[in-house]
Amino acid sequence: MTSKPLVIRHARHVRHARRHPVRRRSATLTALTGIMLVYSLLPLAWLLVNATKTQEGLLGSNGLWFAGEFALFDNVAATLTYDGGIFTRWLLNTVLYVVLGAGGATLLATVAGYGLAKFDFPGKKAVFAVVIGAVAVPGTALAVPTFLMFSRMGLTDTPWAIIVPSLVSPFGLYLMWTYAAGAVPDEILESARVDGSREFHTFVRIGLPLLAPGIVTVLLFTVVATWNNYFLPLIMLKDPDWYPLTLGLAGWNAQAVTAGGDVIFNLVITGSLLTIIPLIAAFLLLQRYWQSGLAAGSVKG
Amino acid sequence: MAVTRRSWTGWRFAGPFLAVFALVYVAPIAYSFYLSLFRTRLIGGTTFVGFDNYVQAVGDPQFWSAFGRVALFLAVQVPIMLFLALLAALAIDSGRLYGTGFFRISVFLPYAVPAAVAALMWGFMYGAQFGLVGDLNDAFGLSLPDPLSAELVLLSIGNIVTWEFVGYNMLILYSALRVVNPSLYEAAQIDGAGQLRIVWAIKLPALRGALLVATIFSIIGSFHLFNEPAILRNLAPNAITTYFTPNLYAYWLSFAGQRFDYSAAIAIVMGVITMVVAYAVQLRGMRRGALS
Repeated sequence: MTSKPLVIRHARHVRHARRHPVRRRSATLTALTGIMLVYSLLPLAWLLVNATKTQEGLLGSNGLWFAGEFALFDNVAATLTYDGGIFTRWLLNTVLYVVLGAGGATLLATVAGYGLAKFDFPGKKAVFAVVIGAVAVPGTALAVPTFLMFSRMGLTDTPWAIIVPSLVSPFGLYLMWTYAAGAVPDEILESARVDGSREFHTFVRIGLPLLAPGIVTVLLFTVVATWNNYFLPLIMLKDPDWYPLTLGLAGWNAQAVTAGGDVIFNLVITGSLLTIIPLIAAFLLLQRYWQSGLAAGSVKG
Repeated sequence: MAVTRRSWTGWRFAGPFLAVFALVYVAPIAYSFYLSLFRTRLIGGTTFVGFDNYVQAVGDPQFWSAFGRVALFLAVQVPIMLFLALLAALAIDSGRLYGTGFFRISVFLPYAVPAAVAALMWGFMYGAQFGLVGDLNDAFGLSLPDPLSAELVLLSIGNIVTWEFVGYNMLILYSALRVVNPSLYEAAQIDGAGQLRIVWAIKLPALRGALLVATIFSIIGSFHLFNEPAILRNLAPNAITTYFTPNLYAYWLSFAGQRFDYSAAIAIVMGVITMVVAYAVQLRGMRRGALS
């Protein structure tokens, strides 16, 4: 039972490993796409280079090369300790929102996606229509009414105001739905039912392992959505102690134009670098999983 | 008997998602519609005004100015971004690149950068103080126009959004190309078809569905533009007005103007327009698909 799903997963989702017969590589084409590569990486390189500069170094040196002194570690230390270490607090808040929000969203989307793909029930068509319609209504349009509703319920300025709206990902559900339809063969579920396995038990024992690449994909995309969330916290939170990183950094940046504000562009730049490193690392390390999950999700789209 | 048991089981799986969905999608939309039917005045308090807020929105030049701006953004930025994504996807799929894997992941990486951070970063780079534009001016004695001026700021935002999403769209398109059976290419080659002919006759039709999805998501993204202009406003308060995009306008009405009722009406109008346009594009895309 443990080896069989693996075989099926490979048969269904590893597509055409050898795309083309051996073909000559083209230096011209590589050079052309190289322009795009530079466009994509240059701003990240700029961020890395400028995170090594002091506030004075930023103003007095070329943006694409290092200034005299290498202040990266001083900047990191200053970022983490500025204003009583509030950056660390923002980092922990972001982690909290991501673990509960994106984790919860992935769990709900996985269970519901499996249910919609593998069971027939009355009202299923209506569910499909409503959820697909909801994909067209992005979080930003909902944020203001959600704020008004949550302020009535006394939830604004608490972590719940960020976590609860993050729990629903219509795109995640759609992806899990199409993924589950292809990755979990009905025959295996039927045979498990004949064996007398309870439905939820079947889901955990047989469904979940087959859905793993899809789950990693949805998890990554909900993590990105939660980690990158700016509009919702902007509306919901007044107390900087509950800010996520994005909102905190934007606040630091705005200090420069506030009368009497402390100009700390070097900390904004270093903080930005620290903010994106975890996500870039996650995408690089989990490449194998999310690329196959994305492939399966886009097939039916 | 078996059928009823199964139907209940399906709801048990979908239920938790739908319960939270009702709380954070259905309820706010309903509440927002309810609010949009009232108006609060300093004198007289809150009164039911029917569709007056909608009538006001339709005749509001600031709303239409905001809408025109995102429509222009949609008409220019989305085709450029999707065209670049398409070229990149075809280049990867051709198997003729050196370092395909490195290229693919590198172009995708900006997607992992939060929009707020991307806007901060590009904002610095656009700046004349210690940005790249200032460096170029110093190095070559140029006087490049300010990317954050009123004339160019929309273009500058378009560049940020393109940078963020071109790799993501490339991957969506590339994934769709991966499903094409390679024997089709072999057959075409035996028939004497060149690379361009294969792209035109096999690859582009195979991309139809994925392009449609990417287009719809980009339409939604354009109409609801907020993060980038909201953050760049710190650097360019004169170029980016409070009604620069419909979302920025709705936000400003709510939190600076305390006009929650009117803001709700604006948000609903924008939501309806988005859905109608997305749906029309989808229908058109599907009908074309049926014809070919």
